[in-house]
Amino acid sequence: MTEHILLRHRDIPDLHQLDVYVQHGGFEALKKAVTTMTPQQVIDEVKASGLRGRGGAGFPTGLKWSFLTRGVYPRYVVVNTDESEPGTFKDREIIERNPFQFIEGALICAYAAEAGVIYNYIRGEYWDAAAWLDRCLDECRARGFIGRHLFGSGYSVEFHNHLGAGAYICGEESALLESIEGKLGQPRLKPPFPADKGLYGKPTVVNNTETLTNVPFILQHGAAEYKKRGTEKSPGHKIFSLSGCVNRPGNYELPLGIPLRELIYTHGGGVPGDKKVKAVMLAGASSVVLAVDDSVLDMALDYESVAARGAMLGSASVIVLDETVDLAWVALKTTRFFKHESCGKCTPCREGTYWMLNILERVNKGQAAKADVDLLQNVALQIQNKCLCPLGEFSVTPVLSSLKAFRADFDAHTRDGAPKKAAARPAPPKAAPLPAGD
Amino acid sequence: MLAEKYADEIQKILSRYPAEWRRSAVMPLLYLAQKEYGHLTPAALAEVGALCGLEPTQVAGVVGFYSLYHDRAAGRRRVQVCTDLPCALRGADKFAADLLQALGVQWDETTADGEFTVEHVMCVGACDRAPVFQVQDETGIHFHQSAAPDRPMTVEQALAILNELKSR
Repeated sequence: MTEHILLRHRDIPDLHQLDVYVQHGGFEALKKAVTTMTPQQVIDEVKASGLRGRGGAGFPTGLKWSFLTRGVYPRYVVVNTDESEPGTFKDREIIERNPFQFIEGALICAYAAEAGVIYNYIRGEYWDAAAWLDRCLDECRARGFIGRHLFGSGYSVEFHNHLGAGAYICGEESALLESIEGKLGQPRLKPPFPADKGLYGKPTVVNNTETLTNVPFILQHGAAEYKKRGTEKSPGHKIFSLSGCVNRPGNYELPLGIPLRELIYTHGGGVPGDKKVKAVMLAGASSVVLAVDDSVLDMALDYESVAARGAMLGSASVIVLDETVDLAWVALKTTRFFKHESCGKCTPCREGTYWMLNILERVNKGQAAKADVDLLQNVALQIQNKCLCPLGEFSVTPVLSSLKAFRADFDAHTRDGAPKKAAARPAPPKAAPLPAGD
Repeated sequence: MLAEKYADEIQKILSRYPAEWRRSAVMPLLYLAQKEYGHLTPAALAEVGALCGLEPTQVAGVVGFYSLYHDRAAGRRRVQVCTDLPCALRGADKFAADLLQALGVQWDETTADGEFTVEHVMCVGACDRAPVFQVQDETGIHFHQSAAPDRPMTVEQALAILNELKSR
């Protein structure tokens, strides 16, 4: 079993208590940074570790910190705990079970960025987790880990939670910043990037919760030690959120580069009923739907190996689809999500997701012809590459990749495309009727 | 009025943001107003707007954009069920349909006793524990999930949770 560096609460009971966290070396990395290192040295160490953003984009973390416009203050650190992608549930476990390591990582980031305030944007659905984190922040203030003159140094910092209110789009960093500013959570045109003009128009680092939770280890044990884990280009551990058709769904912290087979069969306990895996979605609902054969099962789960197959590892939210799952139904599910979550700013996404959902509902009800499936593809292609933020792209990715790999699943529902002898395909799970206006 | 009743809390909220960015407080203030009034009435929007320097229409725009703010009355508690893909792969559609039937309502309808309005919610980040639902009421938003991934919550268990809530 891999030793945890992120989900350490699984090895150390009661790590969510500040005393226990401190007994196990907690806040020593922050102290080391603030009292013995310059911000630039912290950035260099994180750069050397090869840590890449764990929220989905995989951008090198240290490099991101070094992009802040020089000489402009105040600066902000904004944490993205708006985890909302169907299939993703890792940040919730970090906040609930190992909160102080996350807090320490964010504080080190703030020191490196020379930021005086951290805002943690946490989704409204995590209400109880946010209240819990508020209490943890208070404990840190009482111990002097947050506040004025950390460890007697000249560095002072504040840390606030900002609760979202149910909008997936706010996981997009510029929409998130708009949301904190009290506006609708709609993406900004880039450039300027947050490193230049972020929150309140000031240089801002935006990082994911899991990304920052890696940082105390890197500072405490050094970049070289961190790089012993994972692959050369994708170092470190990743939390894989495993869901769908597996016996043991859950979060698994594993070195980047482990084979998909190991994740599904060794850790996930295989597929219920020993069914075959038909496809996987490696990055949640916005994933490329990847048809699975032996070579895909042997694929290493790191950023490069997944990209080589035309997919993305993203936040490593692995949804397993077994051989009975109908991809036309999967496309209906993902499209319903993205249609609901489209912020409405860009016409191709706002209107396109509406029409994709309309067609997919007809397909799934058996009220469509093959030409409608062609139309679905046509609509999807008109959304692609035409939106400000990735949400539009996300909405078409599962649809287009399903059409490419599993077109027969769609045609089977149509009046002119169904196989002559009705194949013994299992009926799709019966969907509850949609609410009006959904 | 919120300003009198929650003066300290409002001050605490505003203090988290730069003085010239009072509007940043609109989201926490809306949660506060919702807790006080149950749902966000036009008067509540005006109050929140006055506190953070926004026009009532701007506040209404924020309310309309986010799904956890409500400008219409509903049951005492909103029961929000996730039926997104990972949950649906573990039986959430059937769970939702059975729950609706047991409560004798359709989506977005309120039970006859005025206790529960059943709504869809988008992924709540508990895909390994599906089916899951959350309950939004004057105390906030609270998750309900199975005790373990291999023991999915049944409709009977969900009803027991709701009955227990009702008795509070």
